[in-house]
Amino acid sequence: MLKPLLSVLTCTSLLWSITGQAVSLSGSIAGELRYYPDQGLYTDQDYQTGLSLSAQPEFYWASESGNDSLLFTPFIRLDQWDAERSHADIRDLSWIHVGDDWELRTGIRRVFWGVTEFQHLVDVINQTDAVEDLDGEDKLGQPMLNLSLVNDWGIVDLFLLTGFRERTFAGSEGRLRPALPVIEKRAEYESAAEEKHLDTALRWSNSYDLVDLGLYWFHGTQRDPELQLTLEEGVPVLTPYYPQMDQFGLDLQATLDSWLWKLELLYRDSRADDFWALQGGFEYTLYGIADSAADLGLLMEYGWDQRGTRASSTFQRDLFVGARLALNDAASSELLFGVGHDLDYQSQSVVFEASRRLGGYWRISLDGRFFSADEPVDPLYQLRRDDHLQLTLERYF
Amino acid sequence: MLRNNHSKVILLMALCLSASQVMAETAEEKGLRIAKAAKARDQGWQSSQADMAMILRNSEGQESRRALRIKTLEIQNDGDKSLTIFDHPADVKGTAFLSFSHPIEADEQWLYLPALKRVKRIASRNKSGPFMGSEFAYEDLASFEVEKYRYRYLRDENCPEQTLECYVAEYYPNDPNSGYTRQIVWLDKTEYRPWKIEFYDRKDALLKTLTHHDYKQYLNHYWRPDSMLMENHQTGKSTELTWENYRFQSGLTEDDFNQNSLKRAR
Repeated sequence: MLKPLLSVLTCTSLLWSITGQAVSLSGSIAGELRYYPDQGLYTDQDYQTGLSLSAQPEFYWASESGNDSLLFTPFIRLDQWDAERSHADIRDLSWIHVGDDWELRTGIRRVFWGVTEFQHLVDVINQTDAVEDLDGEDKLGQPMLNLSLVNDWGIVDLFLLTGFRERTFAGSEGRLRPALPVIEKRAEYESAAEEKHLDTALRWSNSYDLVDLGLYWFHGTQRDPELQLTLEEGVPVLTPYYPQMDQFGLDLQATLDSWLWKLELLYRDSRADDFWALQGGFEYTLYGIADSAADLGLLMEYGWDQRGTRASSTFQRDLFVGARLALNDAASSELLFGVGHDLDYQSQSVVFEASRRLGGYWRISLDGRFFSADEPVDPLYQLRRDDHLQLTLERYF
Repeated sequence: MLRNNHSKVILLMALCLSASQVMAETAEEKGLRIAKAAKARDQGWQSSQADMAMILRNSEGQESRRALRIKTLEIQNDGDKSLTIFDHPADVKGTAFLSFSHPIEADEQWLYLPALKRVKRIASRNKSGPFMGSEFAYEDLASFEVEKYRYRYLRDENCPEQTLECYVAEYYPNDPNSGYTRQIVWLDKTEYRPWKIEFYDRKDALLKTLTHHDYKQYLNHYWRPDSMLMENHQTGKSTELTWENYRFQSGLTEDDFNQNSLKRAR
């Protein structure tokens, strides 16, 4: 806990001394209150409310010409209950140098690939900061060298990923975890280089009028670990195992009037398996509903994994429907509602996210997650008592 | 006999055509001619950068503020390319918007969401929607292209700024997704600057009035207003938009308007 904080402070002061006064500061501080209607299922989870604070400042500096820039984004969270969720990370600490039709990005960065909403299947560069949220959208900073080349026929990105980040898991006091706690420090690797394995990736992407298309190939350490049952001092626990993989990914979006058609597809070849998986669907938007300024988006997606119920993913044969309401008012009020239905286990998860701006610097949001699962072999079954509401107040600066 | 009649008809037609060209230009032709002249008057600026601030007021007088920066690249024989960077409100700071506009076909638009580092291609169908909750619709801020409208000249009259004389013409949008049946536009006769635009909604009722104020000239040729006021007559809301720090021909190229530049826009 102290060590990352110290390095964050050192980096900050270093950046200040290099760049003097030209650094711009932005970012946010957030307070979040969770309420679980049920007591936790597992030991150490006998609480129903949880408070948590987080901060993510962002320091940015650019040269006069704009051809060189530095970005530093530390992150810290303090959680009332879960010592594993209380954590710090460097989300970005990178230098970008821009040439005419190329740029070189060096350092710790976050990179997102994908088009779908309910699952981020092909997003592979960064490790998921899984203690943050279930949606997989929070990522740990990844050290890299990334050369990006702009051509008439698309953008080519070459990645050398120097050092692997282990996935974060809730501690034994944390809610939203498997029945057995995951012991991160006992992680094992297929590669003898372990977390020092150099991963590589190559991506091409381009836009053709109404179609945006991306293809990539990734070689290196699998981001989602296999969880192995082992004993620690005679007590059963889960330990992560990170195999090597080769992965091909595709993301495609066709933007046709009010329709967005989306597809993510991957093929993975690893020690244990080689398989295909996809997430695809559409978003159809009704603009200016009922003579108002509000837009209503209707979403439907399907997730499939060739491994079926053997899949490590919970989205092996799942149907998702959702609605997104944007009022387009001065407060940017938004509401997202979605239901995921597992066609193998007949289980459901429901998500809603409502938010609006308060004045020029604040945003308040109310999120809810609800799970309904009856089959013990269903991964969702382990979360069946973890329904919760979350109220978040965020101050931006 | 037959041949003789035929040539007479042709002669008559030719006479009529040339006469109408000289003497009786229709209101539609005159409207189009003025619009083309206005577009031609504003061509050749190549690229521009400017800071935009908006003050949104509701009918009770409550205000909220928006700040953003826009880079624009002029594209010959097509719509402009633009990159918009949002600075305020603070929760959207760092969000950026890349647009390749086209006179007839759908615009291509991408949004960069800094929290997720995600570029989203978005539907450009929503021209009539409000821009950042303001009284300006997306289509009100799009680059002017002659092909976007049909025209009808109405009359000459004094501009809202009394010292100038204006052409007054109706613009009928060709895009079925436009929020308007028509606009009435006041352009001054000397420099073809718009001074006032009335927007009529899909039921042809007066919806909004836009007025341009404090024109300044750049590069000794191009006129831009320092401020614009959009008043919504149906809701009582208004948006005051001011421009600052205009720079033209500052060396922007196509390389400043791709997905890489979108992702590092600040």
